[in-house]
Amino acid sequence: MGVEGIGARVVRKEDKRFITGKGRYVDDIKLQGMTHAHFIRSPHAHAKVKGIDSSAALKMPGVVAVLTGQEIVNDKVGNLICGWAITSKDGSPMKMGAWPAMAPETVRFVGQAVAVVIADSKNLARDAAEAVVVDYEELPAVADVHAAIKAGAPQLHPEAPGNQVYDWVLGDEAAVDAAFAKAANVVKLDVTNNRLAPNAMEPRAAIADYDAAEEHFTLYTTSQNPHVARLVLSAFYNIAPEHKLRVIAPDVGGGFGSKIFIYPEEMVALWASKKVGRPVKWTGDRTEAFLTDAHGRDHVTHAEMAFDASNKITGFKVKTYANFGAYMSLFSSSVPTYLYATLLSGQYNIPAIHAEVIGVYTNTTPVDAYRGAGRPEASYLVERLMETAARQLKVDPAALRRANFITQFPHQTPVIMAYDTGDFNASLDAAMKAIDYAGFPARKAQAKSQGKLRGIGVSCYIEACGIAPSKAVGSLGAGVGLWESAEVRVNPVGTIEILTGSHSHGQGHETTFCQLVADRLGVPISQVSIVHGDTDKVQFGMGTYGSRSAAVGLTAILKAMEKMESKAKKIAAHALEASEADIVIENGEFKVTGTDKAIALPMVALAAYTAHNLPDGMEPGLKESAFYDPSNFTFPAGAYICELEVDAGTGKTTFVNFVAADDFGRLINPMIVEGQVHGGLAQGIGQALLEHAIYDANGQPVTASFMDYAMPRAEDLPSFNLSHTTTLCPGNPLGIKGCGEAGAIGASAAVINAITDAIGKNNLEMPATPDRVWRTIHAA
Amino acid sequence: MSTVKLTVNGKAVAVDVEDRTLLVHLLRDHLNLTGTHVGCDTSQCGACVVHVDGKAVKSCTMLAGEAAGTSVTTIEGIAKGDELHPMQAAFRDNHGLQCGYCTPGMIMSAIDIVHRYGGQLDEPTVRQELEGNICRCTGYHNIVKAVLDAAGRMKVSQAAE
Repeated sequence: MGVEGIGARVVRKEDKRFITGKGRYVDDIKLQGMTHAHFIRSPHAHAKVKGIDSSAALKMPGVVAVLTGQEIVNDKVGNLICGWAITSKDGSPMKMGAWPAMAPETVRFVGQAVAVVIADSKNLARDAAEAVVVDYEELPAVADVHAAIKAGAPQLHPEAPGNQVYDWVLGDEAAVDAAFAKAANVVKLDVTNNRLAPNAMEPRAAIADYDAAEEHFTLYTTSQNPHVARLVLSAFYNIAPEHKLRVIAPDVGGGFGSKIFIYPEEMVALWASKKVGRPVKWTGDRTEAFLTDAHGRDHVTHAEMAFDASNKITGFKVKTYANFGAYMSLFSSSVPTYLYATLLSGQYNIPAIHAEVIGVYTNTTPVDAYRGAGRPEASYLVERLMETAARQLKVDPAALRRANFITQFPHQTPVIMAYDTGDFNASLDAAMKAIDYAGFPARKAQAKSQGKLRGIGVSCYIEACGIAPSKAVGSLGAGVGLWESAEVRVNPVGTIEILTGSHSHGQGHETTFCQLVADRLGVPISQVSIVHGDTDKVQFGMGTYGSRSAAVGLTAILKAMEKMESKAKKIAAHALEASEADIVIENGEFKVTGTDKAIALPMVALAAYTAHNLPDGMEPGLKESAFYDPSNFTFPAGAYICELEVDAGTGKTTFVNFVAADDFGRLINPMIVEGQVHGGLAQGIGQALLEHAIYDANGQPVTASFMDYAMPRAEDLPSFNLSHTTTLCPGNPLGIKGCGEAGAIGASAAVINAITDAIGKNNLEMPATPDRVWRTIHAA
Repeated sequence: MSTVKLTVNGKAVAVDVEDRTLLVHLLRDHLNLTGTHVGCDTSQCGACVVHVDGKAVKSCTMLAGEAAGTSVTTIEGIAKGDELHPMQAAFRDNHGLQCGYCTPGMIMSAIDIVHRYGGQLDEPTVRQELEGNICRCTGYHNIVKAVLDAAGRMKVSQAAE
């Protein structure tokens, strides 16, 4: 593998700028003549906007403009779109309520912008915002899905009667009914998957700069996918044609899905920059992040699983209500459907599955993809149900899982996905060994003698990553293809630039992507640089989410590398007067195999650019590009086991051990992979124990700062015990499955299974706060 | 408006600021020291931690005027030329950062923790002491490792001085 090649624990190239304070995030950028935006946001969950009086604000110092929702509508800036069409079971398309970037008439969630103040400084804009008077007529609001679908509930959108976005189904209902009719045992479970706030540490920000002479916009923004942002802003929001709009996503301080979407604030900044003739900067504060960053999860589900007399699963039926908030965010429609119900087979051989998902509008912040996006909800449901089944059937939970594992691949599930490979027994074996599963009863007894309730919980997750084969997702309603692009530029002196459509916001692409080049060419990674995050530099790309950057983005780089190497070999063969077939690449040299004849990469590159002596008919230069479209999803899977103690007197949970055995296929940089798992586990455990974005019955958010929303802190988490088992993904040449979301997908169920094991009561919702656990222990 | 005189990273500066200006904004907006970040507005996240007269302080919780006459050190001021501070090196070597946004505050807090404990640290103490710094990327696993590693390195480098 070489010291810097594939599989090496290479320290990250990007770290130096971050540890010395030289990172360059959007809020760090200042432009000449820059103004500052402050949004005026609705304090009501549902209200009519009767009027906006900005006369006093306009007289205040430094105020450049106060712009309203009516003006952005008048200027024909497009409404926000949802890019994945879902069809209800009756054949009707999903019901989309109109979402203007600022509300001209009706606000539907607390925090929705109605106007924006543009001023010379952030403070002056904020001061002036206090002087803008908005006349609201409050309307009844609803925050809970069940309340929203009741007859007589407040209605959000005229386009969506009954607040229903869609009623979507997947699977064979008749086959499931037949399985239940013959079942020896049926296990039932009601589960709420709690709403989460993504909370990347860098708040969202945007700087828009309009050049009137060129009729050209530049947007600096906190984006996971700047090209997708440009496409949507251009094609749907009428900001500017693509060649007149440059989107730059510089260093981005975490995303977790929340920075995939194109938000109203970027649209308003661009539009306002043209209106006021100066650059406009907006940086969100943390409360704005809680109110306006797309939330995650928020499902209410009833599920039933049928077993035969030998404890084999014969059928599975699921009914889920998904809370979308007040509007359909960019990819929201796909999350509780094709990213959720398609994973309901888990790691198990289930002959018949039927899922019904009802999407519901409520007067809350829009909900969209958050780390895992649908797959954590599926995995949590399946793994809570398996644990519940083991308890009801009185069998060991690990043994029940083993008895139902899929062991033959490829495996076609009844819910679209075709698992390509895996070894679920191997990962469960590794996790059980790491935690000494066999020794648990003795440890539990020991803990009991000291007055502690000890529990163990297993979670065997599977996810679909490497998103995604364009044709497949297109047939399911996606509005975009999900390939990736790459370009390899070998400079005349032999240094290499890799241009990628993937975007790094913590994932370490500047290191891992170089490792592939080092592996193939034998050059040090210091001679390679990664260019990303700028639509003027990289032609196109679909960005980073869904654990796709290695499986899809890196494979695109590999394809471009192969083309470049092929040309370089021709040049080397010509220079060495050898046959192209005899050329091998080692340690930065092109060698004639079996001889001592060689030419170094810089000389090949120089030859390509001087073009003095190239093979007849060859174009000068050494630059190749590739688009890679995956042939299937990838299927990372693994087993997580959590051991913990609960204090019956306080309800407090203390971790004893947390083991994770993952199968991600080939690892490029194990150090970075482990970091991704640690972070994912923290988010999964955070959901299980701490985090909950809460609204009161009137749609007022109760948790809109870090004072109220419990973010996991160092003391809330254990150190993790990680290991890997490996089955290479056959779907891409590098054998990569992806590692970005696994922790968040698998961890929650392991924690709740362990707590419910400890307290001996199965019904416990997330987050399992001490208060909630104590009440469950002491409930009659 | 007031003129605030203080020392930042060893250099005497005089800055004209509105009286309501916070120390973090003096550093970021007036001195262009953008390594110090703002992550929450409620003194919870610690992305803005700097050292004021050698002690870790959340610079979003201190008015610029309150820092008059003090000596402030930011993330930009802890390396000696090209030689990283041992805490910076330990964060890099232990993969104690991902997106990098919380990192400057983490490093400044962590240096203060090591100083306060005279380098005598264990994992539970580090986890408890990091309560004022939030990271969303790393799950803290490698941050804790980095701080423990740096505690050893700082002892060695102190002994060498």
